[in-house]
Amino acid sequence: MKVKALKAAFPFTIPVMIGYLFLGIGFGILLTGKGYPWWLSPLMALFIYAGSMQFVAIDIFSKAFNPLNALILTLTVNARHLFYGLSMLTKFKATDQKKPYLIFALTDETYSLLCSTEPPQGIDRNWFYFFIALLDQIYWVTGCTLGSVAGSLVKFNTTGIDFVMTALFVVIMVEQWESSKNHLPVLIGIGVSAICLLLFGKDLFILPSMISILAIVTIFRKSIERRNVI
Amino acid sequence: MTIRQILITVSVIVFGTILTRSLPFLIFPDSKESPDYIKYLGQVLPYAIIGMLVVYCLKNVNLLNFPFGIPEGIALIYVVLIHHRRHNLLLSIGGGTILYMVMVQFLFPV
Repeated sequence: MKVKALKAAFPFTIPVMIGYLFLGIGFGILLTGKGYPWWLSPLMALFIYAGSMQFVAIDIFSKAFNPLNALILTLTVNARHLFYGLSMLTKFKATDQKKPYLIFALTDETYSLLCSTEPPQGIDRNWFYFFIALLDQIYWVTGCTLGSVAGSLVKFNTTGIDFVMTALFVVIMVEQWESSKNHLPVLIGIGVSAICLLLFGKDLFILPSMISILAIVTIFRKSIERRNVI
Repeated sequence: MTIRQILITVSVIVFGTILTRSLPFLIFPDSKESPDYIKYLGQVLPYAIIGMLVVYCLKNVNLLNFPFGIPEGIALIYVVLIHHRRHNLLLSIGGGTILYMVMVQFLFPV
């Protein structure tokens, strides 16, 4: 049962594998390049396991020691995870002892895979989700370790490789668009975030975007639900 | 920071990250039936968030300066069209990324 679920989950994770390996290598190179020990990179990948936060952490390390500040920054950068949890409440129900790990490993990419994929016929749902989450973290830890251990050996120009994540999210958006008749929520998501990006700038726009999205889908709940078929 | 201070900072970040990921599950445990409104959010948010994540990925694009977001625009159109037609991840994600890398490295180098 487990092997079947693992085999079924693997193909879905390939885009994340490409993305995480390269981003992880980039992270490892950056961290050791600043003079920090190589083992810090896999350690962070294993326990923090939040890409954008790890990059922010490199910046925090270079400043004066201030745990409270680090905590506030973490909560701000990771606030979007609150939304992931909210929309996974039903999906993670009855995932028994795998639930804590599924919650711990809920990154942007794993979240987007979990929202967009259903296990194939005859595959155990819980193991399927679990292996998607686990494989993704294995890729990330591998990438971060490779980057910090062998980063200086990588010679080819990787500029633009981070587009792999953008492409992944766009592909998921296309699939959602095709499978749903109600396009209001995604349009609200794009429109509101774009406006907030213009108003608040790239470093601050996520929190206002989240609050505005929440407000708008709440105010227009009736008309969104009337179109039904989400 | 010293190594010890870094390790403390890492622990704080671990705690903060786990907190943001687990808070919804702590507020609405399995044993408790979540309110209709929360279920509604669970249905709508995945769509809205994917839209937000796409914008998040593109936040560094500067439309006012060279290359004016042209590589991003072309690559996005490619990914949307090819995925809509073929539904092949390698073509859409792999192809789109290679197309984008070629554009930013050779056609529109900054």
